[in-house]
Amino acid sequence: MLISNLEFMTGKKVTKHLGLVQGSSVRAKHAGKDILAGIKNMFGGELKAYTELLQESREEATERMIEQAQAVGANAVLNVRFSTSSITAGAAEIYVYGTAVILDNPDQ
Amino acid sequence: MEQLIFVAVFVTLGYFFGRRAEKKHFKSLIEREEQMNKLPAMASRMPPQDGEYDQFLVSGNVVIANDYFKTFVAGLRNFFGGKISTYESLLDRARREALLRMKEEADKLGAELVFNVKYETSNISGQGSKKPPIIEAHAYGTALKKL
Repeated sequence: MLISNLEFMTGKKVTKHLGLVQGSSVRAKHAGKDILAGIKNMFGGELKAYTELLQESREEATERMIEQAQAVGANAVLNVRFSTSSITAGAAEIYVYGTAVILDNPDQ
Repeated sequence: MEQLIFVAVFVTLGYFFGRRAEKKHFKSLIEREEQMNKLPAMASRMPPQDGEYDQFLVSGNVVIANDYFKTFVAGLRNFFGGKISTYESLLDRARREALLRMKEEADKLGAELVFNVKYETSNISGQGSKKPPIIEAHAYGTALKKL
């Protein structure tokens, strides 16, 4: 499955548009890590636990989008966009969407 | 009175630790940015028209917390109005770090260009909360590798 945030690609022709596909994921970290993050918030610096959390969350959302694209028979998703919204402290929703298409030569 | 001492201690601690962390981060950012200069990232939506390319979606993200000193200063600034430079440097660091991580991922895949780079910034400390901000910066784009 080819995932891209470009709208088209030179040398590859879109033979069919299959509409919008999407995936979302909401995740929270356990309380221990939240407390550590709270302490870190006094001194500044990177919160590695949250960085990983959001990274994993994005991967899962993308995974779900790919599943949906496969279900409609696409071999590529173009013009992919990410969006994030915070729901409560320590939890965020990641949403990813794009256009499912059939490309004539996706492997090249 | 006790509360005042509590705040004063955290503001001082935040000032020293926060400043040290920020200096270290800026130093590493400058070093790594120089290394990654070979791999240009562009905001252009038009992919190059010459030749065949292999493409991958690459992304980088980072979550950075504010220190207590910065939050305190920003609180004062918010009252009087004007530029909040303590937050500006925070957001600058977060965006540059996210872009660098994206470029590093692209470099690992052997790409030579990153196209259609988009940034996304969000505050994940909770909506409308009075807590100090925790900023997430996310950068993503399409890495192109010449076939």
